[in-house]
Amino acid sequence: MRRFLDRHWYAYAMVLPVVVVIAVLVLFPLAQGVFFTFTNINEGNIANPILDRPATYVSVGLDNYLKVLSGDASYGAFWSTLVRTLVWTFGCVFFHYTIGLALALLLNRQVRGRAVYRVLLILPWAVPAFISAFAWKYMFNAQYGIINQFLRFLGLPDPVWLGQSDWALVAVVIVNVWLGVPFMMVALLGGLQSIPGDLYEAAEVDGASAWQRFRDVTLPGLRSVSSTVVLLGIIWTFNMFAIIYLITGPNPNTRILVTYAFERFFSGASRDFAVASTYGVLILSVLLVFAGVYRRALRKQGEVW
Amino acid sequence: MSVEAASLQAVQPARGLKRSERSVLASVGLHGALVVASLIAVFPVFWVLVTSFKPDAKAVETTPKLVNDSSVDNYVRILSGEKGDFLAWFGNSVLIALMTTVLAVFLSATTGYAASRFRFPGKRSLMLSFLVVQMFPFAVLIVPLYNILLDLGLQGTSLGLVLVYCTTAVPFCTYMLKGYFDTIPTDIDEAGRVDGLSPIGVFWRLVLPLARPGLAVTAFYAFLTAWGEVAFASAFLSAADESKTLAVGLQVFVQQNRTEWGHLAAASILVAIPAIVVFYLVQRFLVTGLSSGAVKG
Repeated sequence: MRRFLDRHWYAYAMVLPVVVVIAVLVLFPLAQGVFFTFTNINEGNIANPILDRPATYVSVGLDNYLKVLSGDASYGAFWSTLVRTLVWTFGCVFFHYTIGLALALLLNRQVRGRAVYRVLLILPWAVPAFISAFAWKYMFNAQYGIINQFLRFLGLPDPVWLGQSDWALVAVVIVNVWLGVPFMMVALLGGLQSIPGDLYEAAEVDGASAWQRFRDVTLPGLRSVSSTVVLLGIIWTFNMFAIIYLITGPNPNTRILVTYAFERFFSGASRDFAVASTYGVLILSVLLVFAGVYRRALRKQGEVW
Repeated sequence: MSVEAASLQAVQPARGLKRSERSVLASVGLHGALVVASLIAVFPVFWVLVTSFKPDAKAVETTPKLVNDSSVDNYVRILSGEKGDFLAWFGNSVLIALMTTVLAVFLSATTGYAASRFRFPGKRSLMLSFLVVQMFPFAVLIVPLYNILLDLGLQGTSLGLVLVYCTTAVPFCTYMLKGYFDTIPTDIDEAGRVDGLSPIGVFWRLVLPLARPGLAVTAFYAFLTAWGEVAFASAFLSAADESKTLAVGLQVFVQQNRTEWGHLAAASILVAIPAIVVFYLVQRFLVTGLSSGAVKG
């Protein structure tokens, strides 16, 4: 034991603060949140130290899970919400990645004014999300929004973007794509620069076309960066609540799992902590399963992290 | 898995085709694509700026114009505190964001360094748990977190909120910095040890100064996490007007049935300025940091 500590004490000393903070502020609340999913806890029966009222919630077993997983509309229509969440997640991440990669490839060339382009293109990342949300909400407004004015100017139809239709989902996807591209672009740009230049020269000597160079040098060279940022992107987008919540509010056409959990949590006369936590646990489960599958798929291709 | 901090920064001179080898048509296409993308990236911010000078009534006209009775009245009214104690909110936000930045950079630097340099039991599960932490929707933790902060006596204080922000920022920052430390040769550490520095001395006096570009990106990320957050700030800070952050305070402009778009736009610009300033400083620092960090090869 003593030798063990002698060898590792500085590593543990450096890690300890983070472990303590995460344990106290994440794992412990997480455990409590899981416990809540087996109760009927809400605003009315939780212990309230200010009113000096003891907790009166009771255990309900698996009731919350059964209600949510039945797909009942009064519990958020879990399955159709899950499908919408997947559409939202993969739609957003697909455009984040493809647009980010395209811009990174452009910026990786020698272009006059590249530093300026780079600053401008990263700008959406620097703007606080609630301000971006407000800006787009204003621009998407059906009457006085600039986007519809532009569409009318072009003679195109001008939908009511943020109303009760799937246009609202399209709108929030557009906003989230705008918001998420800079991160992907910068990460992929770094990846592009770590590909040795000799590889390109060798490919050129061998007479590879531009497309072949892209397919056989660039894409494999980006594999490890890509696998990481795509996984992170999927996790973040799956749980991205601020944009949807601030732009469309409780609109059922843009409801994803996280926003519904939040709705349950904050709105309604009796804030339903139990069902909100149940959704949280289900979200975590879906993501854990996904990450496991993803990792296995990567490992098959010889990539391990 | 690692997110390379090197990859989150700006950029060395590119390889690829030299300009002379490119046809005029390709040049036009390249610049055209970049200009369109830049316009899309910048336009929403530009449009908020334009709107911020319009009176509320003009901001909702059906044919938006660039200039429409524009003046700085919105700014004057916000800064004079007519719409709530804007300057106090601003101060709170700055304080909380700076505290989060310092603490998160410190925590993720030590953890990232340990993960990069030392092999110790539990390292793998630690890094995996950082990934899992990002998967749980934090919003749902609000009730348990509230109780814990209450027990620790931190409920309603800035420090409590800062710690909560750190839990969201630190896992990703740790990954990023671990990737960055991996690019710094271990020879440097060994040379430092030979010269009689302790492991922590090596970290503090040799590696950290070399990792400044990585630290800058981390700081940027942590600052933005805290600066723009709404849900926790509204749940964990006391309801008194003078203890709100900007993100919470700004909700006064969207209440009732109508939104005061002109005022909201002006306030948004005031909120966005510090974030963009930080972004710009980091951006410049990164470019110099990269060229001077020749030791990384």
